[in-house]
Amino acid sequence: MALLEVRDLRLSFGGLKVLHDISFSVEKGAINSLIGPNGAGKTSLFNCLTGFYKPKGGSISLGGRPITGLPPHRITALGLARTFQNIRLFKEMTVLENAMSGQHCRSRHGIMSAILHLPAQRREEETIRAAGMRWLDFVGIEQHAHRRAGGLSYGDQRRLELARALASAPELILLDEPAAGLNEREKLDLVHLIRRIRDETGVTVLLIEHDMGLVMQVSEKIVVFDYGQKIADGPPEAVRKDPRVIEAYLGTED
Amino acid sequence: MTDEVRTMPTAGQPQLMRWSVVLPGLAALTCALVLPQFANAYVTEVATTALLYVVLCLGLNVVVGYAGLLDLGYAAFFAVGAYTSGILTAEFGFNFWLTIPVAMVAACVAGIIIGAPTLRLRSDYLAIVTLGFGEIVRIIARNLDITGGASGLIGIERPEIFGFRLMQVQHFYYAFLVLALLTAFVCLSVERSRMGRAWFYVRYDEDAAAGIGINRVTAKLQAYMMGAVIASVAGCLYAAKMTAISPESFTFNQSLLILLGVVLGGMGRIPGVVLGAVLVALLPEVLRGAGTYRPLVTAVALLAIMLFRPNGLWPDKRV
Repeated sequence: MALLEVRDLRLSFGGLKVLHDISFSVEKGAINSLIGPNGAGKTSLFNCLTGFYKPKGGSISLGGRPITGLPPHRITALGLARTFQNIRLFKEMTVLENAMSGQHCRSRHGIMSAILHLPAQRREEETIRAAGMRWLDFVGIEQHAHRRAGGLSYGDQRRLELARALASAPELILLDEPAAGLNEREKLDLVHLIRRIRDETGVTVLLIEHDMGLVMQVSEKIVVFDYGQKIADGPPEAVRKDPRVIEAYLGTED
Repeated sequence: MTDEVRTMPTAGQPQLMRWSVVLPGLAALTCALVLPQFANAYVTEVATTALLYVVLCLGLNVVVGYAGLLDLGYAAFFAVGAYTSGILTAEFGFNFWLTIPVAMVAACVAGIIIGAPTLRLRSDYLAIVTLGFGEIVRIIARNLDITGGASGLIGIERPEIFGFRLMQVQHFYYAFLVLALLTAFVCLSVERSRMGRAWFYVRYDEDAAAGIGINRVTAKLQAYMMGAVIASVAGCLYAAKMTAISPESFTFNQSLLILLGVVLGGMGRIPGVVLGAVLVALLPEVLRGAGTYRPLVTAVALLAIMLFRPNGLWPDKRV
């Protein structure tokens, strides 16, 4: 049983069909990628998976539980976290507060216990803080914990988005173009970090990426999109040789 | 330009007591405590009004400053508290202290009725709905028999505590001081907790907050209700102090004044909001000499502040 199962997923905006009957799956413990030319529907698919868009048809299940059409916060609580293509940090808050935000759905104390300073509430705050620090440490930016998130370098902001998503204790993490805007050195670090996410925490990774070198290097399986349709699905070597993929990326003669 | 910002000290972590914060705070508290001993009745009366605005502004700050919801009808919850307490004591002979929990529940119910359907809206729409709500509450109070109609409710009993009846200005000054300190403590506790952080996440980026697992509607509703409860408690004490309340105490102008206090001082942080509240209460008194030019002077002062200190006089560093 795959961790993520997408079946016949359809999405349209008005008359415009964005996704046509997409089906694919992601096995537990895998690192998989979604690729495709600009406008192929990759981010729209992510938005369906995470509840930001309501699909017109089809089904999505995570670990056997249907998540189609649930609101975003429910999906995150069920174990699916994401990062955004254009970084969406809480820029005016500290790095640590950003990382702590992921723990919200894993904790429960509310207004009343905060006002009463209940011992259980204080312990929970300590746990949230420790989890935030642990994930900052994991991505390597713990030394910036008390800085303003918006003041971090671009590469560190990307790392912080990862730490924040990981802090929600997901089973599957969706990375939307994590390498966008990174230099070669930072891309190497990112490949290393993505592998560590899977190897050290057991979190399954699904990423959208334009950098082919990175995708081929890191993924075990690649799903290729073009014009809202899946045109290929398989290991990197097979996808690289697939004539439909070559056509989508390079066009055909005649 | 530094990137260091104030971190929210979290529960369980040994808090750094910074003298730069503690000393002025203690000095202000001492002044507040001894003020009625030296001041005449007029000054004490103005100071009591200032404390009332501190409570109201702290309450509205939960809604506007923490959760980023523009509420233009906040005085409605103040009215709900004042009328609930006033009706229960004057018409049904309730003990004043027992009316406070009833008023809190009434404010919660009103908050849910208005908040649950509207907090799904983005903030501009919310502002319009809350504006309407404020007017509806005032007009209902004007037209019902039980609220005393346009002339209002009279003969609200003065509260008694351990056999001591609150009568004089000084008594109410201290009662409002206790309420203001309690409100500040409550706000500070929540600001530094999981729910408080959730409000800031929603305020700064609603979609990202939803994406990391925060139910934005519930979070906003909780902020809205907490603000409502604080205003209703202030309303109870206000009714007891005035012994008579009328719909004209809860106009749109009142809502605007409270909002002004929050924005003027610097929304989001307690010291700024307290400063703003005190200014809003003092400004009309200070400008008494300006006579008919008072609105003009006020407007120019406000414009100057918004031009030169757009984030408020004592802003939250994170803004």
